[in-house]
Amino acid sequence: MLEVKTIDVRFDDTQILYQASLAVSEGEIVAVLGPSGSGKSTLLRAIAGLVDISAGDIRWEGATLSGVAPHLRGFGLMFQGYALFPHMSVADNIGFGLRMKGQSDPFSEVATALELVGLAGFGERTIDSLSGGERQRVALARTLAPHPSLVMLDEPLGALDRNLRQRLVEDTHRVLRERKVTGIVVTHDRDEAVALSDRLVLMRNGQIVQSGSLAEILGDPADEWVREFLE
Amino acid sequence: MRTTTKTFTLLFALAIATVACSSGSLSDAETPETLNLIAHDSFASAAAETGAFDAFTEDTGIAVEIIAAGDAGTLVNQAVLTKDNPLADVLFGVDDTFLSRALDEGIFVPHESRHIGDVDVDLVDPTNRVTPIDFGDVCINYDKAWFANTKLQVPSTLADLRAHLYAMHFTVEHPATSSPGLAFMFATIDEFGEEGWLDYWADLKTAEVNVANDWDTAYYGNFVRYGGESSMVVSYASSPPAEVIFATEPTDVAPTGVIEAGCYRQVEYAAVLAGTNYPGAAGELVDYMLSIEFQELVPLTWFVFPANQKAALPQEFLDHTIIPEDPARFDAAYIAENRDRWIDEWIEVMEG
Amino acid sequence: MKQIRWGWVAVATVPTVFIGYFYAYPVARILALGLSELNFGASGVQARLFKVGWFTLWQASMSTVLTLLAAAPLTWAVSTYEFRGRRLATALVTVPFVLPTVVVGTAFLALGVGGSIWAILAAHVFFNVAVVVRTVSTLWSRIDPSLQEAAHILGAKEWQVFRRITLPLLRPAIAAASSIIFLFTFTSFGVVLVLGGFRFATLEVEIYRQAVTLFDLPLAAALAVVQLVGVSLALYLYSTYQERKTVSWTLQRGSNRRKPTGGAVWMVYAATVLTVGLLAVPLMVLVSRSFNGAFYRALLVTDPVVGTPAVAVRNSLLFATVAMGLAMIVGLMAAAIITRRKGQLSRWFDMVLMLPLGTSAVTIGFGFIVALDWPFDLRATLWLIPIAHALVAVPFVVRSTVPTLRAIPEDLRGAASTLGARPWQVWRHVDLPIVSRAALVGAAFAFVISLGEFGATSFIARPTTPTIPTMIFRLLSRPGETSFGTAMALSVVLAAMTAGIVMWIDRAQAGDIGRF
Repeated sequence: MLEVKTIDVRFDDTQILYQASLAVSEGEIVAVLGPSGSGKSTLLRAIAGLVDISAGDIRWEGATLSGVAPHLRGFGLMFQGYALFPHMSVADNIGFGLRMKGQSDPFSEVATALELVGLAGFGERTIDSLSGGERQRVALARTLAPHPSLVMLDEPLGALDRNLRQRLVEDTHRVLRERKVTGIVVTHDRDEAVALSDRLVLMRNGQIVQSGSLAEILGDPADEWVREFLE
Repeated sequence: MRTTTKTFTLLFALAIATVACSSGSLSDAETPETLNLIAHDSFASAAAETGAFDAFTEDTGIAVEIIAAGDAGTLVNQAVLTKDNPLADVLFGVDDTFLSRALDEGIFVPHESRHIGDVDVDLVDPTNRVTPIDFGDVCINYDKAWFANTKLQVPSTLADLRAHLYAMHFTVEHPATSSPGLAFMFATIDEFGEEGWLDYWADLKTAEVNVANDWDTAYYGNFVRYGGESSMVVSYASSPPAEVIFATEPTDVAPTGVIEAGCYRQVEYAAVLAGTNYPGAAGELVDYMLSIEFQELVPLTWFVFPANQKAALPQEFLDHTIIPEDPARFDAAYIAENRDRWIDEWIEVMEG
Repeated sequence: MKQIRWGWVAVATVPTVFIGYFYAYPVARILALGLSELNFGASGVQARLFKVGWFTLWQASMSTVLTLLAAAPLTWAVSTYEFRGRRLATALVTVPFVLPTVVVGTAFLALGVGGSIWAILAAHVFFNVAVVVRTVSTLWSRIDPSLQEAAHILGAKEWQVFRRITLPLLRPAIAAASSIIFLFTFTSFGVVLVLGGFRFATLEVEIYRQAVTLFDLPLAAALAVVQLVGVSLALYLYSTYQERKTVSWTLQRGSNRRKPTGGAVWMVYAATVLTVGLLAVPLMVLVSRSFNGAFYRALLVTDPVVGTPAVAVRNSLLFATVAMGLAMIVGLMAAAIITRRKGQLSRWFDMVLMLPLGTSAVTIGFGFIVALDWPFDLRATLWLIPIAHALVAVPFVVRSTVPTLRAIPEDLRGAASTLGARPWQVWRHVDLPIVSRAALVGAAFAFVISLGEFGATSFIARPTTPTIPTMIFRLLSRPGETSFGTAMALSVVLAAMTAGIVMWIDRAQAGDIGRF
């Protein structure tokens, strides 16, 4: 279980997150939904340990993560734009996390992961040669391959065209369910959020505004902005 | 795909292997059986290559380690800067130009060489703090072929050079950046006196004399023999013998000659450095440098003349050059007192 | 909740100790020694100082601008197009870098160029074209072509694409090259002396004159401080600029060079032939002067006085290899710190690393002599030679790699670390492979700098281990045709060796980004 307790994040003079709190139970997928610039990505980075928090605490299974470096947290983060390593093949990208765990030749796991995302046989391809949709799937496979205890997806479908998106939302949803992951999906798209998650968390200007299922929130919106945003 | 990796690995392996292999030879253990001799580059390199100190080591069992310290100026500077923890036991290569500075700083201890009686008394330092080892005359060299072709007379006095015809084909080195340049400037001061020397240079300037910044550029850049346009250049009395010895085709005739007027004598000294742990052995080394054995190596190794009058000169020196009768020579203290002003005045006239 | 990252501290320690002990400490010692005796207010000193300082600044700025302009056509050709002779051309322009100034000086004089400010500027351009071509083309050849295509489609003409898209993206590399050239020419010594004459004295020339010839150590120290302040100011402006202009873009795996077609063929060849041709003129003088079998045979013969010239080749290769290794280790660690740790500290670090390029050889040489007898007496050991060379080479490694490192999107590193990579593994698997080509450019420069270095080497060389430049100097400092010819032959060997080695190092760039 992940608990984010009233955290602040600050870059130099600008504060990005204000007293943000969030809890994700095991096996639950939460969607963080909000307009661009609302601090969603920063929230993920704080959980991953890539940015320092200036106040509050993040706990995993009851223990604080303060002082735990990103590579020790065992979380997976799929970046907006995917951040695939341009100098490695598809297989090397997917196997990277396993190799970092000490596995010298993670051939079968890579094959399984490729199959999971429907890209069997793509292992030797270069990143340059992939289409946008293929890249999304490689990034997903790379994130899932080392079996992270928490999976975070940052705008997983953000850069793709509408048709592809609809197809990939289903695929991604299936993959997440198959792996029974605990996860957080960040998106600015309501439908995507609903399709991928069990529960929504609304964010605006660095603050968590409201949390619950779509029906719950629409039944009792916290304010006018929430209602308008979800319409 | 892997070329980069391979190249990288190879480069690093090479670097590490080199470090590992050379660490043995890079650090020299210091033993009491070794004396360090610090000298300017041109002396140091030739001394190391010719094994000029082998005989000394054979006689005394003391090895001589030679340290090169740049040019004569940097040599003296280094010795002064490391006064408290000297780099060497003996210094060689201080000349009259830099002598005052070295003496003022008290970096030498007196040593009276047992061969000092064989040296022309004009060269000897009465306080024995430095021992003369060699002298060289800075003289104007001329290209024989050029004068033969143009049928011009070789000038015989400094005053002759005022003529446009000569001056435009004459290259001097800058006194601020070149040791022969400074020496030649002294020669003009000696010739024309404090009142007249600047007028002389003003005339040379009007007559389009060339100024180079160092000897290499003057000799190999401006001298007509090496593709330049000057038939006369300030060089050394020993340059013509060198031209014979390093000629491409063996020859009996030097292609260049020396003009006897306007020569200036530079003397180079050795000295025992204050702070040495072995003043006795260091004195021995200085004595060796003044012995006939070492002195006879001097001409063909460094292209200067031996200070010890009993040392025989090689045939090339006898055949192809002269030792000027009465070269100019200034006292070290006189130089120290006036040099900066002279150089400033020279610059004022030539570049102002 | 800032953590102290001990790994980074360890990485920072190596370059800090290196630069601290071998640069900052000796320079501080010698300056303190000089300044303690300084007597202000001597008449005429200030006017001279101002004149010299102003001229130094002026000629360095001019040289930098002219070099950028002169190098632009060739840089464009080798970055955009793949053509026969491309690598040879880049190797050839690097050759002037190693040639002793005396050799180049006499070649310029033989061409009838000399004794003017234009000769100095021409020689500075001649020496430094390679810096622009190499530093900028590494980046240029890898700009995502879709950016330029996008601009085309938006209606931009060829030159507008260049001005609005390519040029801004290249700014970090152009700034890096400019800063190196500026520092190099700001402290120019040999070129100015040989070609300009004393009339055109730079601060560097004046420092040498005051310290060595006139024994005015206090004034020399004051001048050295003026030089350091000037250099620091330039570096500060540069780093402010660099900070603001950092751009990262989608890195391309391979280069985007394409075969030239149509009119481009002519332009590419014109640019190449013209640039290489002009640079080759002084080299041709050199080659023609050395053209006599006897001179080349003499390289292998032991001259009783100067030794065997060929031995100098071996020594130089050894020193250059060690210097390159040192510069790579220190430079890459420094580049890692500069690009990965944000803030004032890494910015100062960046500046201090560049300072040796802008410090006079006299200052460093005398600094070594007064300071390096503790804790070990390093003053007369051979180690000082590769160390001194590495000191000057480190900025090249740093400047070649920093623009590429800065261009790596931060998310790539984040991705690696969330996938379980430790900080050093992130560096090894992400930064290092991507920066490897740029690092090889730095390595080539480091090697070549060491091969050609003369000033510091002549200060600290042992007579038994001559390097190629000191051997050339030995040969050139005595009269006679054979001495001169052998010096020219050795210079040609040095030039050929440089071209060969640089091409060999460059070959690694032909492939895709390497893997470690």
